Amino acid sequence: MTCKNSDCQCNCNTPDFTELAPVMEKYAKTPGSLITILQKAQDIYGYLSMDAINYISEQTGIKPAKIYGVATFYSQFRLKPIGKYLIMLCKGTACHVNGADMIEEAISEELNIKDGETTEDGLFTLNNVACLGCCSLAPVMMIKSASSDETYGNLTKDSAKKALSEIRQREA
Amino acid sequence: MKVVVGQGSCGVASGAKKTAAEFEKQIKEKGLNISVDLTGCVGNCYLEPIVDVYDDKGGLTRYVKVQPDKVTEIVEKHLIGGAVAADQEISVVDKTFIDKQERIVLRNCGLINPENIDEYIATGGYEATKKVVTSMSPDEVIEEIKVSGLRGRGGAGFPTWFKWNAAKASPGKEKYMVCNADEGDPGAFMDRSVLEGDPHSLIEGMIIGGFAMGATEGVIYVRAEYPLAIHRLEIAMAQAREKGLLGKNLFGTDFSFDLRIKAGAGAFVCGEETALIASLEGERGMPRLKPPFPAQKGYWQKPTNINNVETFANVPWIISNGGEAFGAFGTPQSKGTKVFALAGKIKKGGLVEVPMGLPLKDVIYGIGDGIKNDIPFKAVQMGGPSGGCIPASLIDTPVDYENINKTGAIVGSGGMIVMDETTCMVDMARYFLDFTRKESCGKCNYCRVGTKRMLEILERITSGEGKDGDIELLEELAMKIKDGSMCGLGQTAPNPVLTTIKYFRNEYEDHIYNKKCTAHSCKPLLTFTINEKCTGCTLCSRKCPVDAIKGELKKHHEIDQNICIKCGKCEETCRFNAIIRD
Repeated sequence: MTCKNSDCQCNCNTPDFTELAPVMEKYAKTPGSLITILQKAQDIYGYLSMDAINYISEQTGIKPAKIYGVATFYSQFRLKPIGKYLIMLCKGTACHVNGADMIEEAISEELNIKDGETTEDGLFTLNNVACLGCCSLAPVMMIKSASSDETYGNLTKDSAKKALSEIRQREA
Repeated sequence: MKVVVGQGSCGVASGAKKTAAEFEKQIKEKGLNISVDLTGCVGNCYLEPIVDVYDDKGGLTRYVKVQPDKVTEIVEKHLIGGAVAADQEISVVDKTFIDKQERIVLRNCGLINPENIDEYIATGGYEATKKVVTSMSPDEVIEEIKVSGLRGRGGAGFPTWFKWNAAKASPGKEKYMVCNADEGDPGAFMDRSVLEGDPHSLIEGMIIGGFAMGATEGVIYVRAEYPLAIHRLEIAMAQAREKGLLGKNLFGTDFSFDLRIKAGAGAFVCGEETALIASLEGERGMPRLKPPFPAQKGYWQKPTNINNVETFANVPWIISNGGEAFGAFGTPQSKGTKVFALAGKIKKGGLVEVPMGLPLKDVIYGIGDGIKNDIPFKAVQMGGPSGGCIPASLIDTPVDYENINKTGAIVGSGGMIVMDETTCMVDMARYFLDFTRKESCGKCNYCRVGTKRMLEILERITSGEGKDGDIELLEELAMKIKDGSMCGLGQTAPNPVLTTIKYFRNEYEDHIYNKKCTAHSCKPLLTFTINEKCTGCTLCSRKCPVDAIKGELKKHHEIDQNICIKCGKCEETCRFNAIIRD
């Protein structure tokens, strides 16, 4: 969120929220829109930085503490940056019964990260989620990136690892 | 001729998009004049991707598990040759999966294109709305719903007509109709399927409900985890608006009604009405005391009615066919049909809609075809984190609100997770408590701290450190949490523990006193040994992370129990089934 201009010589650290401006224009003065604003901000920047929270506060008049309170209440919001690919590992009941813990183990072995962590190269973030609603295909994970949402069903340790290494190869 | 590819979330997850693209490519290459369409989930999730081929007379041939490499055969044999590609066709047995059901909520799912309003209208869609707004009074609508006996399908099972009537009776001009599409029960997906497969039936249900209670605005609160559902709803709402079925002066009357979507942000507690309202207002989703009920003071302090997706999807059918026709299904107290999400260790998982009162056995064995790998059936979990486990001995229990409540579980939103003998019931209780502990909003002490304490005890038991008195402590805590919590989350959070203690106390005792997990699933309680099938291939000893396996090449290996960390790597690696877990 700092200066996006790659040619910038000024070393400025002034946060730039021009992308969020149209969202604020639409929602800032509509009561009850805080969650929507936070969702849009996260869509744009991938996470909610303190700078973003302060900016939203200025625009809406809602105190930063309250925004922080809402952002930390809902599991959807992240306060840290995430990797290029977000692995959403389903931990719903059907997935649990069918071995979601085993899949988590496989992902951890392959990427060396735990729930909520990001790989050092910034490629993957692992997030355990409550349920993706594809219970008949349990265990399931969804891998989200800016361009696509891909769901992988009937996972085994091997197929989970394979899915990840395929993405790795594609990115290499 | 028309090719229709099922593209609900499970279909897409199974590769339906690639299959559809392959059909499009081959049809274009061969120069055929056949359209490739999409539809929602038909319910046979275990057979996805599913492809339906309609001939010109409307006859249907259903193909299952159609991965892209199977497309050529169907194109050559059926689309060009006009003969059924028998190898890919759905089997007679699998067909009964649907034939044994009574479909009201899912009447259009998997049959129509959810992104094309004309297909919905062709099935008689929006006729019910027309009938209501042009020829019925709000009281007549409420009476019809009363006759039908429709009760809330989201969990509590409260009579729908009563809620609508209360909201109607509340003074004030500004009222809101809200749909709870925040399907939070991990293991239920019927609402997603309706949203993705038949969004107009929900829209219609909301218009009719809005008319009955006197609301002109509706809000659909959808889980953010359901992007496809939100996408299809947006299309459906735009198309309805374009046709004048949503917006001002519906069917030329004075009645106006419009809808908007609000994406939830992931909080199970938002299934509770007052928490949902707080979330709609952009606040933390924390419940408040009732009364005042939402029917008196809800969204922005205005009279508000909240129903769940499945409840609304029943409404147009009831209006079109009459409340009595709906009431003819089910039992005297639990009328109509209910959709269940059959998942877990079941052979044929998917969505099933059956009349209320059908025995559990008929659902699990009759429709679901029993347990995967024919391992003995142990229990079925109903009602998610608020529900409980029903043991195999009660498999003849009729599935309706009253009888399921008697077992200690609840019908809830309709999740049915089937478990076999390899599922540890103490671990299931731990799993649910872990869930409710995370999802507790923190307002009530007993829920916030109590679920954490219960979880700690359960973690202790599953890791082999259970103590005498733990079961009694769990029971005591459970009753206090139930009494000391304000909303449904806390009041029901101990249910998974209480039902598993009630029916599977021996498993708890095994864990605590014998340090054994009956289901051989809790790793810290396992002992891995090597039997006579060992060929001495050394694979396991090389994989073992702590060098606990000793033995010479081509000779029987042994596991040193003092070193073994019970990770199970040897069991995964062994190709000769020589590792025994006990």
